[in-house]
Amino acid sequence: MEYPSKLVEQAVEEISRLPGIGKKTALRLALHLLKQPESQTAALSESLKDLREQIKYCQTCHIIADTEDCTCQTPSRDTTVICVVEDTPDVLAIRNTGQYNGLFHVLGGRISPMDGIGPDQVKIDSLIARVKQSGSEVKEVILALSSTMEGDTTAFYITKMLKETGVKVSTIARGIPVGGELEYTDELTLGRSIATRTLFSAD
Amino acid sequence: MKLNSLKLTYFKNYDALEANFSSGINCLVGKNGMGKTNLLDALHYLSMTRSALNTVDGQNIQHGESFFAINSVFEVADQELRINCYFEQGKKKVLKVNGKEVDKLSDHIGRLPSVLITPDDTEIIKEGSEVRRKFFDSVIAQHDRSYLEALIQMQRLLKQRNSFLKQNDGKLNINRQLLDVYDEGLLPLFQQIAKRRQAFIEEFTPYFIKNYAQIFEGKETPSIRYRSDVVSEDFELQFKEVFQKDILLQRTTKGAHRDDYVFALNDRAVKKFGSQGQQKSFVIALKLAEYDYLKTLKGLSPLLLLDDIFDKLDDERIHRLVSLLTDEERFSQIFITDARKERSEAFFEGKANVQFYEIHDGQLK
Ligand SMILES: [Zn+2]
Repeated sequence: MEYPSKLVEQAVEEISRLPGIGKKTALRLALHLLKQPESQTAALSESLKDLREQIKYCQTCHIIADTEDCTCQTPSRDTTVICVVEDTPDVLAIRNTGQYNGLFHVLGGRISPMDGIGPDQVKIDSLIARVKQSGSEVKEVILALSSTMEGDTTAFYITKMLKETGVKVSTIARGIPVGGELEYTDELTLGRSIATRTLFSAD
Repeated sequence: MKLNSLKLTYFKNYDALEANFSSGINCLVGKNGMGKTNLLDALHYLSMTRSALNTVDGQNIQHGESFFAINSVFEVADQELRINCYFEQGKKKVLKVNGKEVDKLSDHIGRLPSVLITPDDTEIIKEGSEVRRKFFDSVIAQHDRSYLEALIQMQRLLKQRNSFLKQNDGKLNINRQLLDVYDEGLLPLFQQIAKRRQAFIEEFTPYFIKNYAQIFEGKETPSIRYRSDVVSEDFELQFKEVFQKDILLQRTTKGAHRDDYVFALNDRAVKKFGSQGQQKSFVIALKLAEYDYLKTLKGLSPLLLLDDIFDKLDDERIHRLVSLLTDEERFSQIFITDARKERSEAFFEGKANVQFYEIHDGQLK
């Protein structure tokens, strides 16, 4: 594509890096911003900058938060059970079911060496440490990972690593279609899956 | 099974082709480079959801265009089946059956079974084990869905395990727990796949021997032997024993992905000792056995696609093939290409149910 200016081209280049946005859409968005008051674009770039610089991840459960003390410190939650998910949207999906009142642990991905993600690139060690440090307060770890081969690998691996702690490991029932992501599963199905979770065995 | 009509848009060298075909033999003639093979490839595409010649879909789009479409109407067990395939550059390939999009492309494999015979098929004999595995895997997968799923799963696990070994960079203090997770996934799959392959060769061999005898009259007895470490009793032990080797070589050295098939005539390897004619007859017999096997198992006649198969065969063998192919009981619809129109015309002369189509520059006459 030919661009009327180098500046427009640069902006299109950056915007089109976002998922689901092609060059055409990026150009439309860039030109749209130029038609709006300058303050609006300033507010956008400011908020994006703040997002990157100021966002915190809870040191315990790795959920995105504004401060480092997050809901996992709320006394009203059931602290005997931890639900392990791949990403933040999964936390929201499970909360929305209203079927779960325990703690969360966000891995930040799933083990997939071909994508450069090994066990050290996801928050598994911190999960094991969290269970160990709780004494015997944590009684159950629920694995709510996507039903892909990589999700399964991550589940088996975590189960192996948790074995010596003696904690009960369960998995949510797979009413979820193969390859399906938790986030897109409807609340009713997901709620039922949590309620009917089954013991997970790595042997 | 029968293809009634076909429409190609920007597929390879075809701008816009619309054609109707009949049952029996459809003989596509025309000079090389005019698009005969591409037409067969379009039919292969409808069956296997990919090209047999170029698996990079973007390169199957006509130069300068942004998409290709293959539209077809089949008749399967008296039911009309509309299969449409559409691919746009940079987008997901779409396959529709009677207007409904197929969720997973692999679910479509086996719906329209097909057998393609090409001049390059002797690779099955001459090349490495991968080509033989690929051939037999595709025969089994066309009628056994659980086998296809096991195969896809195995390949994915292997890819992850090998990536993990590469990233580990040869260090012996590897994360054993993760390696164990991959191995525990792979071992049962290796067993399942090897068992299926072993049983398959036993089922398949009688079809093959019969076909070989029909094309190549001789005293040789052909044979196919399945060779795999996985079927030996102590395979699990063998697999575990090589784990240090795997770490050092940074790949998985044992498993069903290393299986092979040995082809022989009177116990002498065809690869080494077979003449060109014997090798060619061997692969044609393999493919026709595939046809018979799939037909028996699926209860419907696969599409038979023959690309330039008369080439390099002597007249006697062509005669034998022609009388085989004109058996209407056995084959309901065949597509065959030949660059030498007069040769096909001569050999098919007097046979009923043969239609000739001339292909010139992506046009059909
Ligand atoms: Zn937290």
